[in-house]
Amino acid sequence: MNHILTIGGRQFRSYFNGPVAYIVICIIMLTLGFFFWNTFFLYGRASAREMFRWLGLILVFALPALTMGLLAEEKRTGTIELLITMPVTEAQVILGKFLGVLGLFAVLLVLTLAYPISVSTLGNLDWGPVWSGYLGLFLQGSAVLAIGLMASSWTSNQLIALFVALTLSVFFWVLDKFLALLPTSAASALEWLSFDYHFQSMARGVVDLRDVLFFFSVTIFALALAFRALESRRWS
Amino acid sequence: MTDVMIDARDLTKHYGAVTALKNATFQVNRGEVVGFLGPNGAGKTTAMKILTCFIAPSGGTARIAGADIFDDPIAVREAIGYLPESTPLYTEMLVLEYLEFVGKMRGLSGGGLQARLRRVVEETSLGDVIGKSIGELSKGFRQRVGLAQALIHEPPVLILDEPMSGLDPNQASEIRELIREIGRERTVILSTHNLAEVRLTCGRVLIISQGELVADDTPDELAARAGKPRFVATLRTNGHSASDIHEAFSAIGDAQSVQEQTGAAAGELIVEVVPKGNQDLRADIFHAAVSANLVLLGLEQRGENLEDIFRELTTGAGASS
Repeated sequence: MNHILTIGGRQFRSYFNGPVAYIVICIIMLTLGFFFWNTFFLYGRASAREMFRWLGLILVFALPALTMGLLAEEKRTGTIELLITMPVTEAQVILGKFLGVLGLFAVLLVLTLAYPISVSTLGNLDWGPVWSGYLGLFLQGSAVLAIGLMASSWTSNQLIALFVALTLSVFFWVLDKFLALLPTSAASALEWLSFDYHFQSMARGVVDLRDVLFFFSVTIFALALAFRALESRRWS
Repeated sequence: MTDVMIDARDLTKHYGAVTALKNATFQVNRGEVVGFLGPNGAGKTTAMKILTCFIAPSGGTARIAGADIFDDPIAVREAIGYLPESTPLYTEMLVLEYLEFVGKMRGLSGGGLQARLRRVVEETSLGDVIGKSIGELSKGFRQRVGLAQALIHEPPVLILDEPMSGLDPNQASEIRELIREIGRERTVILSTHNLAEVRLTCGRVLIISQGELVADDTPDELAARAGKPRFVATLRTNGHSASDIHEAFSAIGDAQSVQEQTGAAAGELIVEVVPKGNQDLRADIFHAAVSANLVLLGLEQRGENLEDIFRELTTGAGASS
């Protein structure tokens, strides 16, 4: 556990030693602000629903930028060799890296609290759906980050990692948008695989264990594949 | 505790159709500094990556400080301090921050960590750059940071992949001194393709060529294998002809052959004298020069010529395959 925390802590701090974290945080806050306040007064309701709708989508696009370098950059520069040859297991490396980026994501989520807080000064905000929405964001974000880490474990090129992670996360997000074109049986299966389907119910204030488990499973699955990829290096 | 710190048996590594390492078997004891010598691509780095458990061998196995690389890779890694080729470091971190990170990963904390940090910073003379970011450092300083991270947990075994590459002569001699000191109580394997380096630093040489171990000897023994010593004298001719000079030196009783060398300045002559056996001809050459009224400008003993052996071993193997 100590090793995981040490790796995670280093990763977390290293984000703030470079520009990536600041850029991504700025872009997310600005885009969110634009989309949110753009329509907020139109609806004239003290609700954060719109924020979650937009943030869910923005994160799917933005988070892969945080994960792309996690392992790809270490492989390109060779630092992975020093990391792995310390007395740690591959699983500890993967979990540490994941924890590091998850920490940055948590900071980001805390920053977005500025929006519901400012809404609550304008009207009577129901905080229940806000918290469940944040849980949804955190879970969906974890899944996107795990997919990004997995993509980063497959290549030593950050851009390829970014592209693969974006493709996969957008694919899972967009799955339930074309349901009308499909036969019902296929439609319900696709809907169930879609990130947005599970996320939106939480953004409405419904915390269903099945939604939680869904994101949890995607996260674990992606981390397990990243572990496999990192370990396979030994036998190549 | 065993004294054999590195025990490699039949290490073999295939990358697809390419065999990077073929049945390498060797032992290294405590208190030895061993040089892994070979041309680029010979398999030195592959062997080191196997010993540090970064990659697994396709065949064979190795024990480091008694721990098997397959059965207990964590214990192996604990026993090793490793400096990979080209010293990959987190360039965005500060030197101190980085060494602290490595120390924690190595299980150090609190006062123990601080004490070790102070010690390795002193040993590697990093004091002046401790607060700089690694990306700003010169190659020599980065190399020292790489060594410092390998030393921080006082590992019994050090594996250094080309620790001297890119260092200027002053830096290299500092690092060399450090490695020799470390090598007194611990075990060091370092790879290089620089022969002079090996002579200065290592007590034993493993020469590796095309994945195969072709020699395992001390530098002196290897040099002895190179054959007879040769003596090269630079003379001022004082108007004597080359054949006169040749005659003067051929008169030395133990001289087998005398040969004129190229590259002499005007009015000077360079001759190479090879003895019949292993005799030291330096005094004879001096006297021969004096009695022939020649001025001896320089006299050099050659023939402990590692370069020759190295070339023979590493290209000879190639020619036969």
